[in-house]
Amino acid sequence: MQDINFIGFDNYIEIFTSNKNYAQGIINTLKFTVISNIIKITSALFLAVMLQKEIKGRNIYRSILYIPSILPFLIIGIIFKSILNYNNGLLNTVLDALHLGFLKQQWLSDLNVVWKAIYGVDAWRGIGYVMTIFLAGLNTIPNSYYEAAEIDGANFLQKLWHVTLPMMTGAITINLVFGITYGLKVFDIIYVLTNGGPGHATEVITTYSYTLFANGKYGMATALNTILFVITALIGIMIVKYMSKMEVQQ
Amino acid sequence: MVKKRVIYLLKQLVCITLSVIVIAPFYLVFVNSFKTKNEAARMNLSWPKEWLFSNYLVVIKEGNLIQGFSNSFLYAFVSAAVGVIICAMAAFVIKRRKSKLTRRIYYLIICGFFFPVNFVTLLRIFNFIGIANTRLGVIIAFISGMIPFCIFTIGNFVNSIPVEIDEAAVIDGANGLLLFFRIIMPLLMPVLITTFLLQFMGVWSDFMTPLYLSSTSKMWPMNLAVYNFFGKMTSNWQYVFADIILTCLPVVTVYFIGQKYIISGLTSGSVKQ
Repeated sequence: MQDINFIGFDNYIEIFTSNKNYAQGIINTLKFTVISNIIKITSALFLAVMLQKEIKGRNIYRSILYIPSILPFLIIGIIFKSILNYNNGLLNTVLDALHLGFLKQQWLSDLNVVWKAIYGVDAWRGIGYVMTIFLAGLNTIPNSYYEAAEIDGANFLQKLWHVTLPMMTGAITINLVFGITYGLKVFDIIYVLTNGGPGHATEVITTYSYTLFANGKYGMATALNTILFVITALIGIMIVKYMSKMEVQQ
Repeated sequence: MVKKRVIYLLKQLVCITLSVIVIAPFYLVFVNSFKTKNEAARMNLSWPKEWLFSNYLVVIKEGNLIQGFSNSFLYAFVSAAVGVIICAMAAFVIKRRKSKLTRRIYYLIICGFFFPVNFVTLLRIFNFIGIANTRLGVIIAFISGMIPFCIFTIGNFVNSIPVEIDEAAVIDGANGLLLFFRIIMPLLMPVLITTFLLQFMGVWSDFMTPLYLSSTSKMWPMNLAVYNFFGKMTSNWQYVFADIILTCLPVVTVYFIGQKYIISGLTSGSVKQ
């Protein structure tokens, strides 16, 4: 790592023009951030609303759903590499047992389903965490608001839209901030599950960057990381500006 | 009434299904870690024919787990402890000194929460100051990574401590250090424990930092040791699963001991308003 030759913007030009799909890696990163967060936040919101009301065993359900998020991603990746195995992985075995054999897939090597598998594993780990934050937000809403809405004849969706969501901006902001930063920097789970494959289909910025680093192409690795830095900086500065505005209002 | 009953049963059904989906993988790992090689290769949920506790002994020896454990513990404990104390001191000053400069510094630090680490440049800096490929380097990288989160969480808590306490202590003749360590830090204890536990678990789970920063297997934390072991043992799932159980055990223990603090820390930001 001793000799450095400055080559101007050549690395950046290569990223966007070469046939090595680096640009696709950048798009994949953004895609993962958006889709994984939509999946986790919407389903966690419904779960939180469901588990907040009187339902037997809700504390047990809450604890169970939270457990995956305390484990390292790496471990979860390895566990799911076994579960998603085509021949005797647990998922395909269960599908067979339920007579749903037609749903069986080469989860980690078929181009059409590999992203679904990644989103699934990611949601499996992340939903409990997002839900816990939503539950804390829900607990601050006074019950009288719902009673008032019910007297006015609001149905479930109307209550969710007009009472729950506006009262939970804090929890939603936190989840978005954590979710977006996590999504843009995602590495472990993709590295372990697919290592960017099949081909380069699931490559994201961080996995490309690590491969380049491991092959000694430090310049290109840094260039890719810088692009990630610019993307996160733009989003991060917007969020921090928003937060400082909120603080002033308080 | 009937409709309510049906909805309730549906909810229970959803909850039970989801719980099963969450628990099944753990159960799979647990039972398979005690099986023989051929049994484990089938990766099913059946009870092991005989319980092979020896799998764990093999893993501890072959997987270099004792070294991995001590590295993980060193990284997680030292960086979380040092990081939390440093950040508490910084958060105290930042939140008490209400000048324009400290506000700017505060938001600059918070920006660090979003930015990715550029490991190539980090390694060059480490080379320059002579701590590349040392455990000290890994610990310093972890500490700097946790600064934004810690200052944000602890800073919010500092706001809730009345300034009158500082004033009373200063009038009684306490200097800055005495004021912080004798008066403020005990009041901050709950949030310090929370951030310590969260950071401890975070460092324990981190895979990317040691992957970039440790060139010799001597420096590997458990995570990296497991990954490497998994690469060597892809056909010996019983060992891989036993290794997974041993790696998860410490984090799960820490979680259950500190559950109250951890959940309150996670949710503190969302109920602030």
